[in-house]
Amino acid sequence: MAFRKRYGAPPLHLLLVLGSFALTGYAGIRLLSGQEPWMVVLWFAGAALLHDLVLLPLYTFTDRAAQIVLGARHRPPGPPAGHPSSSSAGPGHRWINHVRVPVFLSGLLFLTYFPLILRRGNRFTAYTTLPDDVFLGRWLLITAVLFALSALTLMIRLFRSRTTSARRTPEKVLGEYPNGT
Amino acid sequence: MSEPHGQDQRPVGPRGGSADPGPSRAGSSLRSPVHPRGGVAGLLREGPPVGPTRPGFWRSPLRGPWLTSVFGAVLLVGIPLMFVTGLLSYAAYNPDLGGNDKTPERGWLGFYLISWPTDPHWLYRLNQGVHVTLGIVLIPVLLAKLWSVVPRLFSWPPVKSLSHALERLSVLLLVGGVLFEFATGLLNIQLDYIFPGSFYPLHFYGAWVFIGAFVLHVALRIPLMVRMLRDGGLREELRRPAAKKAGAGAALATAGPTSPSDPTGLTTPEPAAPTISRRGALGMVGAGSLLLFAMTAGQSIGGVWRGTALLAPRGQDPGPGPNGFQVNKTAAGVGIRPRDVGPAWRLVVRGQGQERVLTRAQVLALPQHSAALPIACVEGWSTEDQLWSGVRLRDLAALVGFAELAPGVFVQSAQRSGSFRSTTLRDNQVRDARSLLALKVNGADLSADHGYPARVIVPANPGVHNTKWVTTLTFGDSA
Repeated sequence: MAFRKRYGAPPLHLLLVLGSFALTGYAGIRLLSGQEPWMVVLWFAGAALLHDLVLLPLYTFTDRAAQIVLGARHRPPGPPAGHPSSSSAGPGHRWINHVRVPVFLSGLLFLTYFPLILRRGNRFTAYTTLPDDVFLGRWLLITAVLFALSALTLMIRLFRSRTTSARRTPEKVLGEYPNGT
Repeated sequence: MSEPHGQDQRPVGPRGGSADPGPSRAGSSLRSPVHPRGGVAGLLREGPPVGPTRPGFWRSPLRGPWLTSVFGAVLLVGIPLMFVTGLLSYAAYNPDLGGNDKTPERGWLGFYLISWPTDPHWLYRLNQGVHVTLGIVLIPVLLAKLWSVVPRLFSWPPVKSLSHALERLSVLLLVGGVLFEFATGLLNIQLDYIFPGSFYPLHFYGAWVFIGAFVLHVALRIPLMVRMLRDGGLREELRRPAAKKAGAGAALATAGPTSPSDPTGLTTPEPAAPTISRRGALGMVGAGSLLLFAMTAGQSIGGVWRGTALLAPRGQDPGPGPNGFQVNKTAAGVGIRPRDVGPAWRLVVRGQGQERVLTRAQVLALPQHSAALPIACVEGWSTEDQLWSGVRLRDLAALVGFAELAPGVFVQSAQRSGSFRSTTLRDNQVRDARSLLALKVNGADLSADHGYPARVIVPANPGVHNTKWVTTLTFGDSA
């Protein structure tokens, strides 16, 4: 018990951690034995920092801004915060995901294939004989198709909700808050 | 995935007290009924009064141990598969032979190495296709997993105990490691060599650093994940269009971050109005994976499917004709000069102190054999089987006295740059009847870019070990 109090976890935890770190050390020495060990450290830690402190806040903020601009976060006066009961989202809510999903998919493609899209390698054609100027256009076209499909589904949804006299559209159901506590 | 960055326009409500929508309010940082006491001690105990260390700062109602567990379960299958295919790829290079090893200091990290087989002949093609395509498909799952746990990065106090400090250090290795592996892999397949050093040691040792942290993370978190998935009711969740939480999720939605039912603190105490259901969020991530798969897999499947890989590096065909299949590196790209492969070219075969020097016509006069074999690259792309013809490597070994059991061979190329100018092949590879010094492909002479006058082709061999522009074959001990 004294160990647990001092260490904060059972002894097995410490054994697992030490085993893990030993392997990390064994491989880490080798990882850092190249010409530029500090650059490798920078890449390793930088990857985590870049993701956590730049990329994630960036897309979070973009999503948030889009919601504000599109009115999805607008909340009609009603129950106090933290206790929303129903129709908690504004009019933008009906179609925020029709923006969000294509942006997400297009951004994902860019994040994965940006070296080709931006022609960063500059040896691609010399090595492979393949043209390297097709990727930007393709990515833009795919993005256009994604938005077009999203718009199409939105139109179908709007059309359906107009034809059925029921006021509770699927979007409204989505917006309903689950617990109502 | 609604997100919290302190700019919510709604009034905070009775507990918050302020209706000022300014960004400095940082969401629900004032939600705690007990305000932080002044002074350093108070600050240390309670944390900064605003900002991401406050649980209420993170407001997406999607977050919670259940969602994290779903992504975690996918990665629990995917990451080990990535690791194993990666290790197999390393084994496929036969790093214990000659100068093959790009990581000669590997020590015990090569404990599993085997004599890489030649059967099935598509083994390397499959291995690398899975490794690269799966890695790309996992990108959205990985990002979603990291998104789902980001509040933990800012948990307060930053260090609660020695065990907590060690765990956090391990998580840095885990997150840094996985992103490092994905980044180096993605850059390498797109020929964007900006990483600090050679790809092979970085990606190989980086994987071992990562896997140490991964195994620890799995060991510490798997009980929670299993409990969440058992209680959470995936089917119910997927059947539910609304952002309703089923099973344990329902309890967690109302539970505070310190509640025993959510030991992770991922569930926000201040949920924003949901704009997407969990089903929708999972669907969005799944759609991302599916789209990436559709944009990538064709370069490993080949045939009519190649054209579907619109954004993958090898989604285009280099042209028609017998030599119209993927080129790893062109003759010009690796500094092949016309005179190296012109009429003055000779094939030198050495072994047991003997040496034979052959012109191309003399090589063509030897017994010719055919084999249908693919080119498969470490970068994940591959070609369908091409019909190669040429002289069996074991027949060439017989020219210098290895009539019975052919030994391994050291292969040298006219190539003047690049790290694969030479290769050592193992005896099992030389003895395979499909292993050729190929002179022709699909009925035509090899093109310059495919290795004219002669190249090695061995079943299940990594592409760069199928040496092009071969000048010298040295059989036996010196191999």
